[in-house]
Amino acid sequence: MIKQITNSLYDQFIADFELRSILSNASESLALHALRKEAFKQFKQLGFPNTKVEDWKYINLSPFLKDDFLTAAEDETIVINKDIIDSAKIKKLGAYHIVMVNGRYQAGLSDTIPGDEVFVSPLAAAMDRPAFEAHFGKNVALDKNHFAALNTALFRDGLFIEIKARIIVEKPIHVIHIISSANTLFLQPRNLFVIGAGADGIIVESFITVNHPEKNAKVFVNDVSEIIVNERARLQHFCIQTGAEHTSYVHHTEVVQRQSSAYNNYKASFPGTALLRNNLNVSLNGENVESHLYGLYLVAGRQIVDNHTTVDHLKPNCHSNELYKGVMKDEGVAIFNGKILVRKDAQKTNAFQKNNNLMLSKKAVVDSKPQLEIFADDVKCSHGSTIGQFDEDALFYLKARGIGEEKAKALLIHAFAFDVTGKIPITALQTYINHLIEEGLN
Amino acid sequence: MLSIKNLRASVEGKEILKGVNLEVKAGGIHAIMGPNGSGKSTLASVLAGNPNFEVTSGEVWLDGKNLLEMAAEDRAREGVFLAFQYPVEIPGVSNINFLRTAMNEIRTYRNLPAMEAKEFLKMVKEKQKLVEFDAALTNRSLNEGFSGGEKKRNEIFQLAMLDPKLAILDETDSGLDIDALRIVSNGVNKLRSDKNAFIIITHYQRLLDYIVPDFVHVLYNGQIAKTGGKELALELEEKGYDWLKEAAKEQELA
Ligand SMILES: Nc1ncnc2c1ncn2[C@@H]1O[C@H](COP(=O)(O)OP(=O)(O)OP(=O)(O)O)[C@@H](O)[C@H]1O
Ligand SMILES: [Mg+2]
Repeated sequence: MIKQITNSLYDQFIADFELRSILSNASESLALHALRKEAFKQFKQLGFPNTKVEDWKYINLSPFLKDDFLTAAEDETIVINKDIIDSAKIKKLGAYHIVMVNGRYQAGLSDTIPGDEVFVSPLAAAMDRPAFEAHFGKNVALDKNHFAALNTALFRDGLFIEIKARIIVEKPIHVIHIISSANTLFLQPRNLFVIGAGADGIIVESFITVNHPEKNAKVFVNDVSEIIVNERARLQHFCIQTGAEHTSYVHHTEVVQRQSSAYNNYKASFPGTALLRNNLNVSLNGENVESHLYGLYLVAGRQIVDNHTTVDHLKPNCHSNELYKGVMKDEGVAIFNGKILVRKDAQKTNAFQKNNNLMLSKKAVVDSKPQLEIFADDVKCSHGSTIGQFDEDALFYLKARGIGEEKAKALLIHAFAFDVTGKIPITALQTYINHLIEEGLN
Repeated sequence: MLSIKNLRASVEGKEILKGVNLEVKAGGIHAIMGPNGSGKSTLASVLAGNPNFEVTSGEVWLDGKNLLEMAAEDRAREGVFLAFQYPVEIPGVSNINFLRTAMNEIRTYRNLPAMEAKEFLKMVKEKQKLVEFDAALTNRSLNEGFSGGEKKRNEIFQLAMLDPKLAILDETDSGLDIDALRIVSNGVNKLRSDKNAFIIITHYQRLLDYIVPDFVHVLYNGQIAKTGGKELALELEEKGYDWLKEAAKEQELA
């Protein structure tokens, strides 16, 4: 076990688990109970990662974990009114809205999706569904993921979405994750999205902080989402991450793709949130799978944004493409770690990866690390990463047409981001993200 | 309109402009010719305010305003326009959005209200026609993947849109096919008035057949070595620059 200053929080979780075992939740299956026990064993061994752990070497977590967290808080009654929800909606997206507050599904604030082709419910209420039993907890490597192990051991609830086989859902499903608390909280939401064979859907998740009427306390979110994209299914998945400085996130997203499926992940993060760690693992577990991972991070203040992605090619004839672009302001810190794994069976793999960073400040720091592990011989792989400043010639060209310094830079930043924003196939989302870029730059 | 007095400029510690003097009056068309590397583009860059070049001495006045004290964007807003010898490609910035931004920045500087979208588009159409600029290019990323000639035409299209007081064309003719050369020249001729002036940097007489200059200057080794009328260009075409080099050598020896 790793010793650290966060021992007290660690001890608190150990106690929490033991208490929960005594009060064992009758509604949970034996299988889940066993999974929690296993996860707990792993977490007990792993503890919280310190900087000696390779995957965490650039982040000192202790300042983020030292607070007196409520780890098993009862539901707070927070007034999240319609106005707040309305302001969190994305104009002209025409989506179904699902509202989560501090990791809990809010039926009263969420739209009901007509028919039974799309099933949305709190995770805890979906445990008897076949899709839950078939997939839940089957995909996360508990022995390597400190936080995911902790989440698995102790999560209470979260969101379950199932799109039935062969269903094409035209309207995006917009999940609004709201954080708002007067108590110092450590939250562990757990989500499962299952896209049935041949189905097609769009899930937009936005993460926001809402001021609490009393005061804003620190909140640490350790969430895990498992996403299953079945045979021939398609999922477009957007994560728009904003938030206030008193919030920190460790997101773990585990995607499993079956044969001939397509999964696109678009991740955009903006200034605010003190710490943002995104673990995104995609397993291409079937032939003819296609995956695109697009990322855009705008980092400012003393924010730390860490994107760790793993693209795991297990089967032949698959295509993955990853492009992450970062715009760095102030004393922002960004980490990009992109692992591409091509297993022995995965012949005829195409796997591409690129990470480009635009530095707007001398004090900002980027650590960019591609990691290729290739065990098949007939593959096309490439990766590249750049860290650069403004193109002076381009800047001069714009100025020579009367465009002032600030505007010229803003144009070039949008242009830089365009490689990613231009890939967003939904105009309303593109507009929304461009607007957030503008806000983030000011 | 423009008055350049004993202008010296260097790049990376190397002096390129070695005392340039030039007077340009409203309505005038000045051609600048001269061998490769003599400093023509440098002069254009310095006038436009490229920060890569350091002005070590001299003065540049535009209608009574000290140009050298202004940032590049303010020079443009005052009416200086440089058609680049090598226009920059900027992927991700749309041509039209760029133009609109430029236009409005200039208008704001001049205390004019921003242009209505409708009015702007009307103007775009009009000027596109004037320089026969392919409308499809207007919506593409700025110069990205444009052919050499398309880039040059885009410069002239921008010139037409921004309607500057002083336009400097740096080898706009190079890379243009015969038809394009005629179109661009016609465009320039339609744009000229007694309120604006053109400095046209070129290597070839061809362009000057269409745009007839009032003066032809030869820039040689960072200085204007000779000034004449439009017939000087013909003479250069015939004789090349060797005689100039000889003359310069003799001067040095004397
Ligand atoms: N950024 C730079 N760094 C170093 N040297 C430069 C730079 N820009 C220009 N020079 C040098 O300055 C001199 C003049 O260049 P300039 O581009 O002004 O010539 P020019 O007269 O426009 O030539 P051409 O007819 O070939 O376009 C050349 O020797 C060139 O190499
Ligand atoms: Mg030149």
